[in-house]
Amino acid sequence: MATMSANRAIPAPKEDPTTKPFWDAAREGRFLIGLCKDTGKHFWYPRGCSPFTLSNNVEMVEAKGTGTIYSFTVMRSKEPHAPAYVELDEGPRVFTNIVDCDLDTLKIGQTVKLVFKATEEGGAPVPMFTPV
Amino acid sequence: MSINGAAYVVGAFEHPTRKAEGQSVAQLHAEVAYGALQDAGLSKDDVDGFFCTAAAPGLGPINMADYMGLTKLRHVDSSDMGGCSYVMHVGHAAQAIKEGRCNVALITLAGRPRAEGMATGTVPRSWAPNIPDDPFEIPMARTVVTSYAMVAQRHMYEYGTTSEQLAWIKVAASQHAQHNPHAMLPKPVTVEDVVNSPMVADPLHRLDCCVISDGGGALIVARPEIAKSLKRPLVKVLGCAEATKNQAGGGIDLSYSAVRQSGAAAFAEAGVKPSDIQYASIYDSFTITVLMQLEDLGFCAKGQGGKFVADGNLISGVGKLPFNTDGGGLCNNHPANRGGMTKVIEAVRQLRGEAHAKVQVPGCKLALANGVGGLLGHRHGGATLIMERE
Repeated sequence: MATMSANRAIPAPKEDPTTKPFWDAAREGRFLIGLCKDTGKHFWYPRGCSPFTLSNNVEMVEAKGTGTIYSFTVMRSKEPHAPAYVELDEGPRVFTNIVDCDLDTLKIGQTVKLVFKATEEGGAPVPMFTPV
Repeated sequence: MSINGAAYVVGAFEHPTRKAEGQSVAQLHAEVAYGALQDAGLSKDDVDGFFCTAAAPGLGPINMADYMGLTKLRHVDSSDMGGCSYVMHVGHAAQAIKEGRCNVALITLAGRPRAEGMATGTVPRSWAPNIPDDPFEIPMARTVVTSYAMVAQRHMYEYGTTSEQLAWIKVAASQHAQHNPHAMLPKPVTVEDVVNSPMVADPLHRLDCCVISDGGGALIVARPEIAKSLKRPLVKVLGCAEATKNQAGGGIDLSYSAVRQSGAAAFAEAGVKPSDIQYASIYDSFTITVLMQLEDLGFCAKGQGGKFVADGNLISGVGKLPFNTDGGGLCNNHPANRGGMTKVIEAVRQLRGEAHAKVQVPGCKLALANGVGGLLGHRHGGATLIMERE
């Protein structure tokens, strides 16, 4: 028996001055992640400092939008949806949702790709993932 | 600076209510504070240190100190690390006492999420404005249960842990709860009952989750001279430590918790090891929470938690490590969605020999109380307290 992911109403992300460029890019269909220019390492979630050095020598760069499921759950006491961590090919593990699929078939290690999902009240779209 | 021997827990009180329809949160704070002072044999004006968290109504400690008429305060602390705060506060109180900043510390917790009809675990919640992770996580339906469920899912993947093993944690709690007249779920359950209960968030079933309850509790921590002048059994603080664990900028590893660090530090300060512990209060927001803490405290090796909890090993009088003999959050109560307070209270009862006779650990001299606060699968704190009956 399959459990298709619901098209649940997604609350709009509350934008702040530091991460506005992330949401602006999302509206253009581009998925940005943090880059620490001190260490060359990518990070998630985007922020105004490096979580590795604390300096503000950071920028947001476009990610490929591909990765694998690190862990997930299927919420069944509401409309079925699947919060998950996806490990991006660039390295960071991103808290997201797995969407547009039979949630009963999900597996850790499964390959997934980015899909932006619209949010309520005309908010910026948010990055989610679906099995390849 | 070690706090080993610097202070004693001289008073402990757990509110008997599980649904506070007739009391405000502030009134509950006052009732537990009064109860703990009565238990200690002290009065309000003996209190010169006050500890609470952001769950207390008002600006830090100010409004509750005013409500309760605490006029002698010279030390306050409203540091908040979620549900484990009250475990941590015992250590903070011992530090303050050791430094001479107070003599008698009152720690309170109260709340009424049940009466208020709060959807505690299944609705995305923000703790406060301007939290930088919220925009990236609230739209993803970050909830308490899904955060802990992802940890359980990963534990099963990495170590082969099973739902039946997790269920044994609930079974043990229910065996204890049957002797607690205040417990919300006093009926013993079986492994089959747990794994056949409705799935909430894979792999956590309804019976893998704690109850939602009102109520609260309070503790009194005092300097040794005062403790020894009172009539209650002496419960000495041997060690206490706290830690936080982060998402690490995308490097999150769900296989361990902040307790790995807080536990090691508390054991070192206490000068004891896990195998010395006769009773353990382990914060049981979910069954997986217990499993993770047992491993990170060193009661068993990483990945062996499932085997450790199976076959009744946590049941008092049956297994090697009696835990949560009041029924814990899984069966007794979870006041204000914060389980650390009741963890300390039941450990104090065990050390005093005042637990229910059916679950009392004979000759209990050394006990541990441990908590996790926040979201285990996102970012959280851990706190470990070790106490000794003198």
